[in-house]
Amino acid sequence: MRDEAEYKGDSEAVGLGARRCRDAVGVTAVRDFRNVSLAVAWRTLHNVLHNPSLLLPGILFPLLNFVAFFGGLSRLRHIPGFDYPPGYAGFQFCFVLLQSAAFGGVFTGFGIARDFEYGFSRRLMLSAPRRSGLVAGYAIGALFRWLINAAVVTAVAFAAGMRVEGSAADVAGIYLLAVLVNVAFLFWACGVAMRFQSVQAGPIMQTPVFLILFFAPVYVPLKLLQGWIHALASGNPITRVLEANRGLLAGQPVEVGAAYLVTAGLIFFLGLWAVFNLRHAEAKG
Amino acid sequence: MTGTALQVYHLARRSVVRQARQPANVVAPVIFPLALLAVNSGGLQSATTIAGFPTDRFVAFALAIPFMQGALFATMNAGTDLARDIQTGFLSRLSLTPVRGVALILGQLAGVAFVATVQAVVYVAVAYAVGVHPRAGAAGVVVLLGLAIAIAIGFGAVGVFMALRTGTGESVQGLFPLLFVFLIISSMNFPRNLIEVGWFRWLATANPVSYLIEGLRSLVIEGWNGEALALAFTISAALITISLVACGLALRTRMTRT
Repeated sequence: MRDEAEYKGDSEAVGLGARRCRDAVGVTAVRDFRNVSLAVAWRTLHNVLHNPSLLLPGILFPLLNFVAFFGGLSRLRHIPGFDYPPGYAGFQFCFVLLQSAAFGGVFTGFGIARDFEYGFSRRLMLSAPRRSGLVAGYAIGALFRWLINAAVVTAVAFAAGMRVEGSAADVAGIYLLAVLVNVAFLFWACGVAMRFQSVQAGPIMQTPVFLILFFAPVYVPLKLLQGWIHALASGNPITRVLEANRGLLAGQPVEVGAAYLVTAGLIFFLGLWAVFNLRHAEAKG
Repeated sequence: MTGTALQVYHLARRSVVRQARQPANVVAPVIFPLALLAVNSGGLQSATTIAGFPTDRFVAFALAIPFMQGALFATMNAGTDLARDIQTGFLSRLSLTPVRGVALILGQLAGVAFVATVQAVVYVAVAYAVGVHPRAGAAGVVVLLGLAIAIAIGFGAVGVFMALRTGTGESVQGLFPLLFVFLIISSMNFPRNLIEVGWFRWLATANPVSYLIEGLRSLVIEGWNGEALALAFTISAALITISLVACGLALRTRMTRT
């Protein structure tokens, strides 16, 4: 007969074993997630860097907008009430940086859709032990892809005479906000790609992003907008991010907390959207 | 109807029906430019307070832009359709028939003209709906439609040339960013004399697309401006002529009859 102490010892041993087992499973899960996400990120980046037709649109699109807005509309800085110390190049840089971040995510979404269309994603899902790592991997790939675009846009803005009035921390804040926007819109595009599994869903990916960006105060500060566009821009969450970025560049931070809240909210909800559609794609097989 | 005219008729009918059966080809070139017009005219209304700005409503100033964007879409559609004909072997089968090259090109451009007309009518209707009445009056609207169609045919012929030269839809699509650069580096958002950045003003002045836009714009905000109209019609005629000649040369290689 085993006494009570022996039973207690056994159950403690079982508990310890179960904990160790759980820990081991947890470690494996983290490792699987990391391996899958890094592999997908590497592949995304490798494809972009080795194919100019994938790399160039992401760079040229914001760059052309910067050229058009800065070159063609600089006189807007003379409008009464337009007072922005970094100049019109800086004013447009903040928008174009966010635009490049958002479309960096969207362009990566095209790649995801293409992977589904060619059947690569099905094979990827069969081989990936942690499928949520796929979304994370695409996000990491999109982020590194966007860093190239951001470097080019920044260099061109400096060449155009942009002045930075903010501190190093302010500048870091500008790029951090852009990173968060990149992640958020990658989640959006990833969700759409996984739902429709076709490049033909491209307009669904990019049109809402295009509209939400352009319904922000792109050309002049919010206070100078009039009528329906002012009402729309005031309620547009991206306006908070844009105004915060412009404030940080000018060394006069405004709405920074609101901007981080907005981007965190976008990442949360669009992240859910991406995971929800990942499950949809899994179920579809 | 003579033989060639009959060929043009049949190919034109096919092109128009084909466009009409692809709602995305008709709707997108109408909706997208109008959305951009709404955004730009709202965001840039304050630009009209700048001394020397030619109108007090930016939507009137910007109305010419959708016509140009529509023309760019026409280029893509015409080129992509023909490229598909080449890729699917339709053109090869056509070359076994006595159809003439000129009929093929004109027939293809008929589809472009059809979409351009639909677009232009919608843009003009939207202009009236938002209270923009072209200063040149009813006759001016007719000229506006004519110029818009001529521009669309010119750009459409560029798309046809690209399709004949390369034979792939991807290559035609690749032309879009290049043409878009021409649109962006022009006087589309600001009058040239008010553009502040020197190099941009120079590029906009050298860019023929600026004069096409200014021709369309003159009818809306100025009335009858002979110089602007003459420049716009001359440039669109030159674009049509050069593109058609290039198409003819490319077609000789593409439709070699052995």
